[in-house]
Amino acid sequence: MNADLQARMRAIELVAIGASAGGVDALLTLLDDLPARWRLPVVVVLHLPEGHESRLPALFADRTRVSVHEARDKLPIEPATLYFAPAGYHLSVERERCFSLSCEPPVLFSRPSIDVLMVSAADAYGPALAGLLLTGANEDGAEGMRQIGRAGGLTAVQDPDTAASPCMPRAALALRQPDIVRPLAGLREFLMDMDDANAQ
Amino acid sequence: MTSAQDPRGFRRDAGAAEPASGLVPGAAHAPDATPGALSAGDIELRLLMEAIYLRYSYDFRDYTGASQKRRVAYALGQLDLPSISALQERVLREPAMFARLLQYLTVPVSEMFRDPAYFLALRQQVVPHLHTYPSVTVWVAGCSTGEEVYSLAILLREEGLLERTRIYATDINPESLAQARQGIFPLDAVRRYTANYQRSGGKRAFSDYYTAAYDAARFDPTLCADVIFADHSLATDSVFAQTQLVSCRNVLIYFNRALQDRALGLFHESLSYRGFLGLGSKESIDFSNWSGHFDTLARAERIFRKAS
Repeated sequence: MNADLQARMRAIELVAIGASAGGVDALLTLLDDLPARWRLPVVVVLHLPEGHESRLPALFADRTRVSVHEARDKLPIEPATLYFAPAGYHLSVERERCFSLSCEPPVLFSRPSIDVLMVSAADAYGPALAGLLLTGANEDGAEGMRQIGRAGGLTAVQDPDTAASPCMPRAALALRQPDIVRPLAGLREFLMDMDDANAQ
Repeated sequence: MTSAQDPRGFRRDAGAAEPASGLVPGAAHAPDATPGALSAGDIELRLLMEAIYLRYSYDFRDYTGASQKRRVAYALGQLDLPSISALQERVLREPAMFARLLQYLTVPVSEMFRDPAYFLALRQQVVPHLHTYPSVTVWVAGCSTGEEVYSLAILLREEGLLERTRIYATDINPESLAQARQGIFPLDAVRRYTANYQRSGGKRAFSDYYTAAYDAARFDPTLCADVIFADHSLATDSVFAQTQLVSCRNVLIYFNRALQDRALGLFHESLSYRGFLGLGSKESIDFSNWSGHFDTLARAERIFRKAS
């Protein structure tokens, strides 16, 4: 691993992950049983149908040793915690390092929108943000990944050839070359390396 | 509290190398910007909100940052202006420009019987208490274009309460209030609300309440015979009536903690003994200064009761 990437990984203070079609399985592979030493906060937007409560926090609470919560309005972002966006609201990250919710209209037919999360998080965290974009059947997240990159943050995209639905990672690749393109196993390794670098 | 005086991260060099626009959220960050440092765009945004407050007494200074930034960026595109500073200049000198900007600063997204479980809980757990009052006063705070006002009026009529209920429906946006008074909603949206209405415990056919013409549905005006639509700001105005029920849904999420506390304080003051407060399905009083002053009546539906 080159020294520049290592230094940038050390600067990371928040991980934002976006996924859509095929996303539950991808997230289960990526985040399954995060180790007890895990430190970074991780926030996930997975596209969900409106009007249904997200079952993701319960699903992941059983499978990992870090705390798992639905992201709540004005909730401060804590280390070693996995947050999921609630259904029917946009989720943003504020400069005060807390979450906020909003009922603005859907973006690319999605609420929560990955772009909304990532653009706001890039604005709040700058180079201290890492963005991961996984499988999905629309183009949400591409603009968010671009903004993370422009703000100096780290970007990692699931290799579209290995994605259940390649449209979303492809859209991100078309907009801006990310730092890393790997299959899920490689992205998991990247996450672990990043958390280790961060702990040093 | 003037956020413009907040010295947090206020670096003299932070904005120097930035493009003047800062329009696209995030784009204003130089790659080496310190997290928490203010970009040129952030400073422009604060100055705009300060200018609006000083000029028009509309106080958006304690609104949540990310959402406000998105809406101003969107407004710049729609108004075809190159920067927030350019917008500020126009807003300061042209009241009509402020009136247009106001339409973007507020979020008029609403639907009838949004979160049917909320309205079902009102029917089952709040209405029986309201029946014990000779007359009832309800405050819909942040009513936007009126979808929730009509939903509540329908519910109260079906429960035999509307005849002795006065509803105050308040908002800061005069255009939204004007629309709410009309009670005309797009027909395709109303068809979507029908399922919500049925799941909320609705007792009739939803179409009984409106007349469809072309692409619009006009709701029965007698529903709003005793509704007072009024301009009121949770940020700057005070309490105007004693109420038994305050419904304020998906409004507090646009406020920072300080302004949330102010609004909850107004609700607490307005509510009569053991009065009811309904919030949006992801809103909470747990972290506010008022958390000890309300009991939880229906946790998932976000209905609270003033503590005795």
